Amino acid sequence: MRESEALRRSREDDLYDDESELYNKRAGRAMSRRTVSDPEIREARRRGDSGAEYREALGRNRPRRMDPDNQGPEYREAYPEDGYAAVGGPYAGRDGSSPGSGRNPYEEAPEEWQSEPPSGIHIRKGAAYTFVSYVFILMFVTLIGYLVYFNFHSDKVQNSPYNRRQDSQSTYVRRGDILDSKNNVIATTQVDENGNEIRVYPYSNMFAHAIGYSTNGKSGVESIMNYDLLTSHDNFLDRIVNEFRGVKNKGDTVVTTLDADLQQAAYNALGDYQGAVIVLDPHLGSVLAMVSKPDFDPNTIAADWETIISDPAGSQLVNRATQGLYPPGSTYKIVTALSYMQRYGTTDGFSYNCGGELVIDDYVVHCYDGTAHGEENFGNAFANSCNCAFAAIGLGLGPAQLTKTSEELLFGKELPCELHYNKSRFNLTAESDQATIAQTAFGQAGTLVTPYHMALITSAIANRGMLMQPQLVGRVTSSDGTYVENRNSKEFGAIMTEAEAEALKALMCQVVNEGTAGELSGLPYSVAGKTGSAEYTMSDGQIGTHSWFAGFSNVEDPDIVVVVLAENGGPGSQTAVPVAHAVFDAYYNK
Amino acid sequence: MNIILREAQNYLLGAKDGMSEGMNLLTQLSRVFFIFLILIFTLQDYTYYRKKTQEGRERVAHRQVVVMHFFSGLGFLLIFLNTGNLLVLVFLAGVYIFYSVARNGYMSMYSKASMLLVNNMLMLLSIGFIMIARLNLEEAVKQFIIASAGMVFSFLIPVIVRKMKILPRLTWLYAILGIAALLGVLALATVSGGAKLSISIAGITIQFSELVKITLVFFIAASLSRDTSFRSVVITTIVAAIHVGILVLSTDLGTAVVFFAAYIVMVFVATRKAVYPLAGLLGGSLAAVAAYFLFAHVRQRVIAWKDPLVVYDTSGYQIAQALFAIGAGGWLGTGLYYGRPETIPVASKDFIFAAICEEFGCLFAISLILICMNMFILIVNISMQMRNPFYKLVALGLGTEYAVQVFLTIGGVTKFIPMTGITLPLVSYGGSSVMSTIIVIAIIQGLYILREDEGEELERRKEEKIRGRSDPTADWPGGPGDHEGERSASQIPRR
Repeated sequence: MRESEALRRSREDDLYDDESELYNKRAGRAMSRRTVSDPEIREARRRGDSGAEYREALGRNRPRRMDPDNQGPEYREAYPEDGYAAVGGPYAGRDGSSPGSGRNPYEEAPEEWQSEPPSGIHIRKGAAYTFVSYVFILMFVTLIGYLVYFNFHSDKVQNSPYNRRQDSQSTYVRRGDILDSKNNVIATTQVDENGNEIRVYPYSNMFAHAIGYSTNGKSGVESIMNYDLLTSHDNFLDRIVNEFRGVKNKGDTVVTTLDADLQQAAYNALGDYQGAVIVLDPHLGSVLAMVSKPDFDPNTIAADWETIISDPAGSQLVNRATQGLYPPGSTYKIVTALSYMQRYGTTDGFSYNCGGELVIDDYVVHCYDGTAHGEENFGNAFANSCNCAFAAIGLGLGPAQLTKTSEELLFGKELPCELHYNKSRFNLTAESDQATIAQTAFGQAGTLVTPYHMALITSAIANRGMLMQPQLVGRVTSSDGTYVENRNSKEFGAIMTEAEAEALKALMCQVVNEGTAGELSGLPYSVAGKTGSAEYTMSDGQIGTHSWFAGFSNVEDPDIVVVVLAENGGPGSQTAVPVAHAVFDAYYNK
Repeated sequence: MNIILREAQNYLLGAKDGMSEGMNLLTQLSRVFFIFLILIFTLQDYTYYRKKTQEGRERVAHRQVVVMHFFSGLGFLLIFLNTGNLLVLVFLAGVYIFYSVARNGYMSMYSKASMLLVNNMLMLLSIGFIMIARLNLEEAVKQFIIASAGMVFSFLIPVIVRKMKILPRLTWLYAILGIAALLGVLALATVSGGAKLSISIAGITIQFSELVKITLVFFIAASLSRDTSFRSVVITTIVAAIHVGILVLSTDLGTAVVFFAAYIVMVFVATRKAVYPLAGLLGGSLAAVAAYFLFAHVRQRVIAWKDPLVVYDTSGYQIAQALFAIGAGGWLGTGLYYGRPETIPVASKDFIFAAICEEFGCLFAISLILICMNMFILIVNISMQMRNPFYKLVALGLGTEYAVQVFLTIGGVTKFIPMTGITLPLVSYGGSSVMSTIIVIAIIQGLYILREDEGEELERRKEEKIRGRSDPTADWPGGPGDHEGERSASQIPRR
């Protein structure tokens, strides 16, 4: 009876081993530290051993385990592993390695369990628990950390145009103002005598697409800055007082990079043409003007909404600058020229004899109006916008090279753009036939580009190959001016090398000085650019021509990039160049 | 009566559509007060074990009860003032009765129940009741009824755990029950919300995966508590893998991960060999990658997780809405009825955490996570103090499932990890979920009581030992034969 009792107790001691510290405290004593892996006990158990033999395996009848600190010498000698017994005592060599003189139960143990290999890493049960607990606690803490992080960095999500929640803010906040870079008010909220809020746009149609509207959905700056416009950073105490008085706080003011004078000039210059004008600062990426026609009056958009959306043309709401996809025409020759430089390293030594047309299989390439340009070097071909020469260049380069360069210039890729935009299309493949390759090289055949994208490419050329992230917003301030958050310009990345940019710049100077953009030469400021006359098939089956210009002024240290697209405006030199001329004049006559 | 109500409503809140000083004032104050209450509650959670005396601990638990009453009172008052529905006040009375029944039930029937665990459970349920009632009063009432039924039923569970000594030996019954339930439902499944195993019986939709959570843990515990040899681990692995596989096939990824985690942890603790969990994690990772390429529904979740705004119109919509809600809430929340949680899809179920973040704020949400963490710590603590290996593993497995489920749902809603579509235990609306969690807690409470039984035995033995110190034979006193610590309740001295 006593024997089986001992065995049972030893089993329980194993279990005690698993107790937590807390439990030890509760029980008010230190627990036995023998573990389940203690071989003598296991062995005793395996043999179904009892009493005497079991104790024999232990060496002798050791007293029950107690706190070694408070025990007498006899106890300490029985439990040398506690470190109280003299070294070299009967059990000093308990692990079988150190030279103990006494009987070592391990050595006498049957091979059966001696040979049992410690498979894997053996972990005490308490340790396993601790490990598991800490892993999960770490997971919870990480979750909390992430939640805190998210709350500090939720701006991007908050500003999403999909986020309709912000609108509920308008119950407590009066929508803030939008200014141009010279503090001209572009949009403000007025309150009439009945307490109704009215959004007022003093420039009416002029900024329709860039600034957008805030009723019937949102667009433009009104959309991308909705969160800031409905967030007040006014004096904290004022806001609390207002909240309790039931008075709305004033939302923050958004100061854009737009320049009302330049916008006005571009707007007037484009006249009755449908199309777009974009003006960028190539060093900062600031958008100085962005015009799109046809347009609408954001003051009356709610009233006009039905008319606008039921209009069969139905395109007043489309921002042609960022969303209009047009064949690039000869402006694409910038890409082809860059591609040529990438392949051959230089444009020197190129020569081509233009006879006004080039036959490729059963397709005939014509230069504009069938002009024969005669013997040309690369610069001449670019300045004359010679289709035949570029068709030949394109065929020489092949689709792979053209595709590579186009993709580097973000054709078919996401653009850095805050507003809604369309990706440009570029369809050349290894299977494309010769005629398609030739046409692609001078900007026809399926390639489509937005004026905005063309402005990005031009501004990279003007900024030594480095494309700046375009931005419409310069800073956000509280309505009382106590809080200012500047939006600094950022680099998007180099989309061509500096040498390539300089070479393209030289080619574009030649276009102005002796080519299709001659109107822009001899002015008080220098200009470099490229014209385009992009043919397209109109809805009635006729062939129309979009008029393009992409260029920049003050060639040595470019000031502004101007891109003009006039739908069906004829050759670039005829319509787009004069528009650009007017914009440059407005910039330098201010 | 109605006029008085409306007057009160107008006085305190003003007209619903316009601005009003009173409405603003009360809501502004309430959101700070809610956070204050839950912070107090959480603080008590973590000071409980620092109190050395029973009296100190009882004071802590009592403080929590007071906080709970204020919390529900304020919450339902706001709901009442905003809806003007008298049912809300009846509901509040019901919740107070629920508190009292639950606490007294546990206290009187099982004198050693952990009141901290009970308090945590009641607090989480209350947060759920208020949030669900604010979204949909009808659902909240349903939730309350099911929780009440679960509570009554749960009083039986500790008795079963304590009396049914056969439980550790029903290994294969658990396996067969679990697999049969999952397979049966897979065959008959009505897929609701894209990823839920459920079956409708007499108008009540039961999610069997919730109940299989319990049987699987019992199976693994029964299997490994008897034998931790390689062969036994392999058999356990096969059965667990069948469970997980069926769930993946039926697109219930969340529960699959919960099962998998419970399996890994239980095998690790039972065998104490690091190689098993490492192999399991490796296998799990490989399976996850395979699932990504094999199943479109897995891919969708990952895509939505990477950037929900890019796929806003399809799979990203839910998470985008949740993120908008969390962002709108900020640190202090918008205040009850001042946010727009109704725009979050399944706001009362899988996405309830986002709704809470929006109207109660991030600080409140952090406290909520801390309460859930406390639940887990309590459960592991109980498990560590158990001596019967079967119950040890059961408690640990159930605790693991709880922790993983909390992590998956909160992590998913906040876009920390891909959304797996799983409820926040006790808080989310869902009868099967709340029922199974209440049962799980009852089982753990049953184990806690066993643990206390063992504790008493220990104390008694210690005393005997002190008494008999002079007698060398007293070291091995003849104890009662019931060494498993499963003595029947009648032998326990009552307080």
